[in-house]
Amino acid sequence: MTHPSLSTRDLTIRFGGHTAVNAVTCDFRPGELTVIVGPNGAGKTTYFNMISGQLTPSTGTVEKDGIDLTRMPASQRARHGVGRAFQLTNLFPKLSVLENIRLAVQAQAGEGRRFFTPVAKLTELTARAERYLEATKLADKAELPAAALPHGDQRKLEVALLMAMEPDIYMFDEPTAGMSLDHAPDVLDLIAEIKHDHTKTVLLVEHKMDVVRQLADRIIVLHNGELIADGDPGEVMSSQVVKDVYLGNAGELA
Amino acid sequence: MNRTFAVKAIALTIWGLLLFSPFLFQEVRQVEVAARIAVFIVLVASYDLLIGYTGIVSFAHTMFFGFGAYGVAIAMKQGDNTWGFWILGTLAGVLVAAVVAVLIGLLSLRVKAIFFAMITLAAASVALVLASQLSGLTGGEDGITYRSPDVFKSANKLLTDEEGKVLRIAGVRMNGKIAAYYFVFFTCALMFWMMLRIVGSPLGTVLKAIRENEARTEGIGYRVVAYRTAVFVIAATTAALAGAVYATWLKYTGPDTTLSFAIMIDILLMVVIGGMGTMWGAAIGATLMVLAQYYLRDLMEVAAAATEAIPLLPVLLSPDRWLLWLGIIFILLVYFFPAGIAGTIIRGRKS
Repeated sequence: MTHPSLSTRDLTIRFGGHTAVNAVTCDFRPGELTVIVGPNGAGKTTYFNMISGQLTPSTGTVEKDGIDLTRMPASQRARHGVGRAFQLTNLFPKLSVLENIRLAVQAQAGEGRRFFTPVAKLTELTARAERYLEATKLADKAELPAAALPHGDQRKLEVALLMAMEPDIYMFDEPTAGMSLDHAPDVLDLIAEIKHDHTKTVLLVEHKMDVVRQLADRIIVLHNGELIADGDPGEVMSSQVVKDVYLGNAGELA
Repeated sequence: MNRTFAVKAIALTIWGLLLFSPFLFQEVRQVEVAARIAVFIVLVASYDLLIGYTGIVSFAHTMFFGFGAYGVAIAMKQGDNTWGFWILGTLAGVLVAAVVAVLIGLLSLRVKAIFFAMITLAAASVALVLASQLSGLTGGEDGITYRSPDVFKSANKLLTDEEGKVLRIAGVRMNGKIAAYYFVFFTCALMFWMMLRIVGSPLGTVLKAIRENEARTEGIGYRVVAYRTAVFVIAATTAALAGAVYATWLKYTGPDTTLSFAIMIDILLMVVIGGMGTMWGAAIGATLMVLAQYYLRDLMEVAAAATEAIPLLPVLLSPDRWLLWLGIIFILLVYFFPAGIAGTIIRGRKS
């Protein structure tokens, strides 16, 4: 088995008296797509936030390829190859679609500190950004402000932004949330493509069971902030503990 | 695209008029106004880097302007009116501005915008108090009068005719005064051009990204606090340079010309009238505001005289009420150009 690219050890965060995520220890490996499931409020997004740096854990560690990320700001984790797409669309609304992507490209290329070269002269950056726009079928909307895109396209842009970061760890938080049925496959195809690269580690929070079945190599289940199941998709979905959790929560997994 | 072109055309026309203004407008006061416009375009543009591009609200911009101006003033007064002391004073002013900006930036750009604004307000107040208290060095409330480098003296003959008299081109004497004006013009134009390069660079996109969505900017790999501090230092040193240039032109530096909060409010008005986050708008806002400050009274005097026979109107149009009318014009501008003049032309009224 390959070495884990990402590990969390006893990862815990408390807000006042409430423990949102409790001692989650888990390894993630390159080439593996792990779907994180659990009822609302289980701590999935909070767990993500501690990995990508939006929150700092109370105790426990986050490691990527042996580097301790636990106390790093989000920007530094991004430069170490941890990329994250958000559940609620989280773009640069007044910037054009192309500018949104180019921001991620120039961050990845370490060109963000260039302060005297006109953007137009950095054709390499623009060309790379355009490739991601084509991959996500947004090329014809490159000049529109992100805020002017329909919701489905904004979700795609969110994914394009993550891809443009060229991370080692891809974290998707409900990438198809609120998308119409005819748009969702586009995004899922993109994720499948990343998965087929076999060198990337993919973490995916998802509720839709057809999506989970289609993509998951492995499922972990969070409940009340604790990791209660981890394993092969078929095995986990049929396990008694998972059924109990979901039946107790109005059968969301039905 | 055409709308952006229109804004650029207006701003470039302003720069063009400034370039030829010693020939077009030969009165002493008019040249004074032209120089002030050039300096304030730079001052407002550098403030736009903060408020318009990055979303940083600072009230310390006149403090940095003052650092540069007092640097030159003190060097010229305590030392001599040579270029050596000029460079020394300018460098000192810029250095102090950079150091203070780094300190304020690193200590407080992490905190919420409102606290940052308060801290800059406090720093600016301290600078103002210091300027009036350290009167041995700064001349206190009276400020400092000094001579600028000899090349800028009115008696200096830049070009002479056959008889050794100062040459006139199109009726304008080629003396030190014209050298001083073009010194102001070209340094300001250069600084404005450099700021245009900055906003058009990858860094400029990052600044806009911070304004739009700070958390995501951090999330895709940019250390937001470092970028904020960097732009704060760039804006501060540019303001200090503008101050040094203005001090060289005025040959006087005091709290009222550089440090006062009245100027800070002027800068805010100029950036809002011109259009935040447009850079070109700085030229439009600064020009309109300076022109209004200098000429609205004259205009009203004419208007009051013309309406003498009509009741009430002459009273309303009395030059003493020029601030009232300036306020009304400002309200109308904001109403009809909600995103500033440049911003509204570019984006249309809806946005």
